[in-house]
Parts: sequence; structure tokens; C-alpha cells
Amino acid sequence: MMAARRFSPLVELTLARCREFIREPDAIFWVYVFPLFLVLALGIAFRDSPVEKFRAAVLNDPSAEATLAALEADSRFAVEASDEPTARSRLRMGRIDLIVAARPGERPTYVFLFDPTRAQGVLARDAADDLLQRAAGRRDAAERIDQAFDEPGGRYIDFLIPGLIGMGLMGGGMWGVGFASVDMRIRKLLKRYRATPMRRSDFLASLILSRLLFTLPEVSLLVLFSSWLFGVGCAGSYAALAGLVVLGALQFAGLGLLVAMRAQTIETVMGLMNAVMMPMWIGSGIFFSIERFPEAVQPFLHALPLTPLLIALRQVMLEGAGWAAVAPQVALIVGWTVLSFAVALRWFRWT
Amino acid sequence: MSWAIRCRNLRKTYAGKPPVEAVRGIDLEIAEGECFGVLGPNGAGKTTTIEMFEGLIEPTGGEIEVFGVRWRDDPQSIRRRIGISLQETKFSDKLTVLETVRLFRSFYPSGPTPEAAIARVGLEEKSRTWIKNLSGGQRQRLAVAVALVGEPQLLFLDEPTTGLDPHSRRQVWEVVASGKRQGRTTVLTTHYMEEAEQLCDRIALVDRGRVIALGTPPQLIAQLGGRHVVEFALNPAEAMDDPSEPWRDLSGVIARRRERDAIHLTVAEPHVVLPLLLDQLARRGWTLARLVTRPAKLDDVFVAITGRTLTENGSANGAERAAENG
Repeated sequence: MMAARRFSPLVELTLARCREFIREPDAIFWVYVFPLFLVLALGIAFRDSPVEKFRAAVLNDPSAEATLAALEADSRFAVEASDEPTARSRLRMGRIDLIVAARPGERPTYVFLFDPTRAQGVLARDAADDLLQRAAGRRDAAERIDQAFDEPGGRYIDFLIPGLIGMGLMGGGMWGVGFASVDMRIRKLLKRYRATPMRRSDFLASLILSRLLFTLPEVSLLVLFSSWLFGVGCAGSYAALAGLVVLGALQFAGLGLLVAMRAQTIETVMGLMNAVMMPMWIGSGIFFSIERFPEAVQPFLHALPLTPLLIALRQVMLEGAGWAAVAPQVALIVGWTVLSFAVALRWFRWT
Repeated sequence: MSWAIRCRNLRKTYAGKPPVEAVRGIDLEIAEGECFGVLGPNGAGKTTTIEMFEGLIEPTGGEIEVFGVRWRDDPQSIRRRIGISLQETKFSDKLTVLETVRLFRSFYPSGPTPEAAIARVGLEEKSRTWIKNLSGGQRQRLAVAVALVGEPQLLFLDEPTTGLDPHSRRQVWEVVASGKRQGRTTVLTTHYMEEAEQLCDRIALVDRGRVIALGTPPQLIAQLGGRHVVEFALNPAEAMDDPSEPWRDLSGVIARRRERDAIHLTVAEPHVVLPLLLDQLARRGWTLARLVTRPAKLDDVFVAITGRTLTENGSANGAERAAENG
């Protein structure tokens, strides 16, 4: 007789989770394809648009011809000749930024009419003034050289990608672990496992391991896609990035387990998930910097589990930081991870 | 004699308003190698009792030993020796039968191959089928296969055949019978008395959290005092509720009971009672609409003790209350 083959509980449990996942086409779409659409949509929406032209009206008077010529020579200006009532009406409607009137006299004088509370108006005035002063014969005392700043790392898409990686880790960990364990509880599969000699540690390790197996392709895909489409790179080492991704996946697996430890219905766990994730969606800086929030709430925002992960990801990806620079964030992440696993295991409900 | 299970004064009260006393003091000794049935109506406390044996529910009071070991002393050693099939487990829809059985097999140090466990419940042809695509009976057989993967010395089956097709039911019965030939202890709950009579060496009748009768099926039936039941219906139907009840004092009638559409008499010897009964009916001008005589079953024992049938829920219904003969 053939000797009985040995089966490893950890391998079998992990395989079961992976099989269930890859046999669910919906899950594949939401986990792997949807984030790419998000990157595409946000990347296009916030791509750098060319600077808007200054729209100016020059009032009809004897010297209008010269004024028009001076302004039209500059490509930043779209200029029109107009009578005063029409020009004022157009300025009020926001169709133009500036009205220029030349006043005849010994010394050339220009009157600029604009809305001082609108940046575009102020800029248009300054640019027009500069052009007209030169046309009138001013000589600059110093030379000026303009350089366009367009380095990767400084654009909105560069800021956004680490945010989306963090958001994916949060959603994937919480839903993947939390939802799955409540589902197994409802189906009485947890109870059935409890009646076998299966070790709790194997069960737990399989949840974590399967989570990591799903996460790595998810993040790699996002990084590759954004690099190919928008040239988003990683200034720091990819090893540090991978390390942070693993830590983040573990942290949110722990939080998912924590949220799901007692819940006995899908509705309960969904409510809890949203309650836990909502503050982080808004306040951890996925889409914009948390510096924009008032000083008073900053300590609270910095303590949220997602915040240190996003800070550390941005430091590594945008500023090329190494492990030492992100040590405080890593400590917070590890703290949250240990705390949530410890509490979740203590109070986990098997039936 | 060595015991697979012993319990003393086992109790379980679920917190609530009011608290629910699901099990109120059960003492049982189940011998190794025995097939033991726990029989009772829905809500009698069968599942709570068996899940306390399985270590899944913490008793409110009392002691349980499984193979001489208490749950709190060494749960893992007990878990390695038992196999269970819960009343309802939904295995993962998108795993195949073989994948599921192999998963559970990995938890046990020894046992049959997954393929062999599947063969024991006759599911070989469904090995590669997703669980989603199995029938109810096939799922239940899978649950039994999963219970067998550790080659348990003690097998718990909680209502393994409820709602099953005849083929699946026979397959489950065969698992129990072959286990018994190998000396395995089986504890099963059921509310089919016919199943209990056929499979079990001994039976505990459970009602409202207590054991109300315990013994081999013949012993339990013997408690009735009569081994036969005479069932009849009358024309006109109202005669069945006639207060004179002419069958009450017939010699040889041990108990009588009004059922929904018939009268049941428990008797020692039908051939003595029947002529007397026919004589009484003829005198009143009533005729038989139906007449059946059959051996007494466990259901009759349960009704005799509780006044309720096994298949009905909750409290006794007045029309079906048993009437003891003096």
C-alpha cells in the first residue's frame, strides 16, 4: 500500500483562499482592473494643462493701433479692440481679464481696468504693463532666463500614485480578510474548522499569506501602468517600496481581522468597514496633502493607520528616502499591526 | 467497559430575556464501538447536546469526558480522534469536492487518502465538480466524507439524512454500518425514528432538554407495555370524538390516542382486541373507514411519554394528547 501523502495545512488553506479568489471574475476586476481605470481617469483629469491666455480689450482711441500691436506681439495675449460699454460688460461677465485705455498726453499713460481679486486679472495687468513699458522704450537692467520646471516627482500624478497604492492596500486588506472571515463564520465553516485539530496559527497565516499573494501583483500592476502611461517612477529603492507594501498589507489584514472578529452578519461588517475606512479616505491624504487640514486635527490624522503608510510611500517614491528616514512611520505601522492582531486573536469568534 | 463519552448533569442555558434552558441536566454514558442515537423533536436540545460533546459549545454546568479526557485539559487530542458533520455547513462554492476533502485531510496526522474518503460516500464521479453544482444530498455526503478524513474513532452526525434523497440516505447509513463493523463509535441525532431503529444500538429520547427514555429500541418499545398499534378511522367521522369511547375499556388495550384523522390503540395482542372492537362498533351502527395494525414504533413511545409526536414542534396540542389507560 502506498504511504499516505502528507498535506500541509498552511499550503492547503492558502491554496483554498487563492482558488476561491481567482475563480471569482468580479473580484479580479475590482482588485486588479478597476484601480488602473482610476489611475487613468485621475491622471487625465489632472494632467498639466497649458497656461490660459490673457484676454484683453483695448479701447478705441487714436493710439489704439500701437497698443494693440504691442500686446499682440506676445503669444500670451488674445487682444481685441472694443468700445468702452461693450468692454466693461465683457469684463463683468468674466469674458475678458483686462481693459487697456491709452491716455493721450506728453508722457504716454495707460489705464488698466481689472478685478483685483482675480489672479488672472492681476497677472494680465502685470504682463501688459511689462510689454507696454518696453514698447515705450524701457531697457531692462538685468537679464532674465526662464526655465520650465517639469521633473517627475513634482506633478500631481506623482503625488497621486502612492496614495492609490495605499488606498488599494487598505481596501484589499480590510475587505479581503474581514469580509472573508465573516463570510466563513456565517457559512459555519469557521465552526467546522474549530472542530478539527487545525492550528489557529495556520489559519491566520493562510489569511495573511493569501493576502500578500494577491497584493503583490496588484501593486506591481499599478506601478508598471503608471510608469508606462505617465512616467511615474520610484526615486527610492524598489526594495524599500516592496517592504512598505508588505507592511501595509499586513497592517490592513490585521485591521480587517479586528473589524470582523465578532461580526455575525455581512451588514454589520460592511457598516464597521465603512466607519473605519471613511476617516482614512478623507483624512489620510490619498488625494491631497493633509497639511490642508487645520492644525488642531493633525495629531489625530497622523495617528490613523493609513497616514504613516502614505507618508512613507511618498518619501520613498518621490523623495528617494531610505528605511532610516521613514523609521517613525514604520514604527507606527508595526504598532497598529501588532495591536490589531493581538486584539483580534483574543476575541475572535469561531461560531 | 471503556466509554467514548461520559457526561454528568450536563446543562446549557443561553443568556437572553428570558434565558433559554436548552439542556437541563443530561447524564449519558456511550460505550466505545456503540452506535448511539439521540432522538427528539426539533428544539429538544439534541444539537446543543451533541455540540457540547464536540467541544463547540461551552456547557453552563456539568462534566464531559471524551475517551476519558475533559475538553479543557487537552482539546487537540480529542479533536484528532473525532469526526463531525454539523447540521449545516456551507463549504466554499468554488472549490471542488476533492479540493475540499484534501483541505480537511491536511488537518489530521493520519487517515484515508482524500480519494478514498470520497469513495466511501460514493462521490467519486463528482470529485472534480465545484460544490456550487452539487445537489443537497451530495453536499450532505461530502460533509460525511469530510467527517471521515481523520479516520475518527468517534463520529458525530447531526441529522445527517434530513431532507435527503433515498440514494444519499442509504449511502450515509452504509457509512455508519461499516464504521460499526470496524469498531467505530457513532453518535447521531435524528428525528426519523425509523433511522434510529435501524442504525442505533441504543437510543436516548430527548425532550425539552432532558433524556426522557434510554435503552435499545426493543427496550424502549417494551416500555409501552404493548408491541402493536391498531389504527382506525370511523364512519361517521364524528363518532371518533364520541365521549363514550367504547374502545376505552376493551380488554388488552394499554393506551389510546386521538390522532388527526384516526384513533391509535396500543395493544399487546391485536387478534384479541380486534373482534371486541368490531363488536362494539357494530352495536352502535358505526363502520370502519380505515383499519391498520402495525408493530409499535419509537414514535409511539415518544407520544406515550410526552403526548406529542416527534415531528411536531413546541407544546402539546390538546386534540393529540395521549390518554393513559388506568
